[in-house]
Amino acid sequence: MAELNQDSGKGGKGGKVRSKKNGGKVDLTAMVDLAFLLITFFMLTTSLNKPQAMDVAMPDKDKTEKKEEVLTADNRSVTVLLGSDNKVSWYYGQVKAPIEGPTVAGFGADGIRKVLIEKKAYVPRVSGGKDVIVIIRPSDKSTQKDLVDILDEMKIVDVKRYMIAKISPEEIDVLKRDNIYND
Amino acid sequence: MGKAKIKRASTSIDMTAMCDVSFLLLSFFVMTSTAKQPEAFPVDTPASTTKDKLPDSNVGIITIGDKGKVFFGATDRDVRVKTLEKMSSRYGINFSQQDYDQFALMENVGTPMKAIKQVLAMEPSKRLEKGVQNGIPVDSTETLSNELYQWVQTARLAAAELNKEKEGNRDFVDPGPLKIAIKADATEKYPSINAVIETLRNQKQNKFSFITGLRAEDK
Repeated sequence: MAELNQDSGKGGKGGKVRSKKNGGKVDLTAMVDLAFLLITFFMLTTSLNKPQAMDVAMPDKDKTEKKEEVLTADNRSVTVLLGSDNKVSWYYGQVKAPIEGPTVAGFGADGIRKVLIEKKAYVPRVSGGKDVIVIIRPSDKSTQKDLVDILDEMKIVDVKRYMIAKISPEEIDVLKRDNIYND
Repeated sequence: MGKAKIKRASTSIDMTAMCDVSFLLLSFFVMTSTAKQPEAFPVDTPASTTKDKLPDSNVGIITIGDKGKVFFGATDRDVRVKTLEKMSSRYGINFSQQDYDQFALMENVGTPMKAIKQVLAMEPSKRLEKGVQNGIPVDSTETLSNELYQWVQTARLAAAELNKEKEGNRDFVDPGPLKIAIKADATEKYPSINAVIETLRNQKQNKFSFITGLRAEDK
């Protein structure tokens, strides 16, 4: 009896037209290539990660009062002035008579973070158990990155009281003296 | 007739498994990501160690970039339409239904009110070309000249009204007041950001968020 099963050797239609039979094996290499191409496309054109949001709370703005200054005890307040070139200048106490003079520091573990950790431990000892207050005063030459970095440091060091306030002309002079008030 | 036949090792690998893995990865990427919207200018946000994600609804996003240009947008489409309705009455500009439909599809807007009708009439791709939208005017007042003030205030009112309307529905969870987030480029100088912060403080929106990228701690 003639074999009607698939015979990879002979053609199906007789002698004249031979249709090539693959033997049932499909090479999947091309399929894999296509799949990786699609993966790369989706990886590059879509946004996988949602952006993070860092909460900021500003003090209430009193529109009638001219002076916005909140009075804080000298021995509790560390003021950080944000200058240009990702540098900050910090002082402990009041700008006119600081307890610890304006010093330039950078960001990072060995920069302002070290100072903040030290002050955070020091202030409760000299002020009868009260926490340190950090006042952040960004200058016009500082960038958004500096502001976000310093707020990040507040979180890393776990400073419980901090505020963003307006910089004063004396403090701008401090920045100019330390050469971190450049464009 | 050799007794020992040398077996020829097959050099073709079966790619079925590899194909399975790649399609699995592909489905993962397709299902977990959303398409990125084109932006008028690139905004590279600074990195922080904050892990709180920005919610994807009920947020008003103020984008600051490209040397102080300010754009504003809301995440929810019904809030966008209602905000435009309120701005229309505040500024005395009439919009057609087509304008509203176009605005509902725009992720953010960055033109002064006097030019907004032209921008709405443009093709969506043309709107994001350089020089077309140059930012919303911001100043230190609370009047109509500080258009960002008006946009944020109308958006907050619109969101509150829409939430109140939906209160009657079953299974409605009140998401609270509209959250305001500021997405500023890392190199933006402080004065432009301060202008936006003061605008928010003037309308007693003292709580807002900065949008940042993620950074591992221990820098």
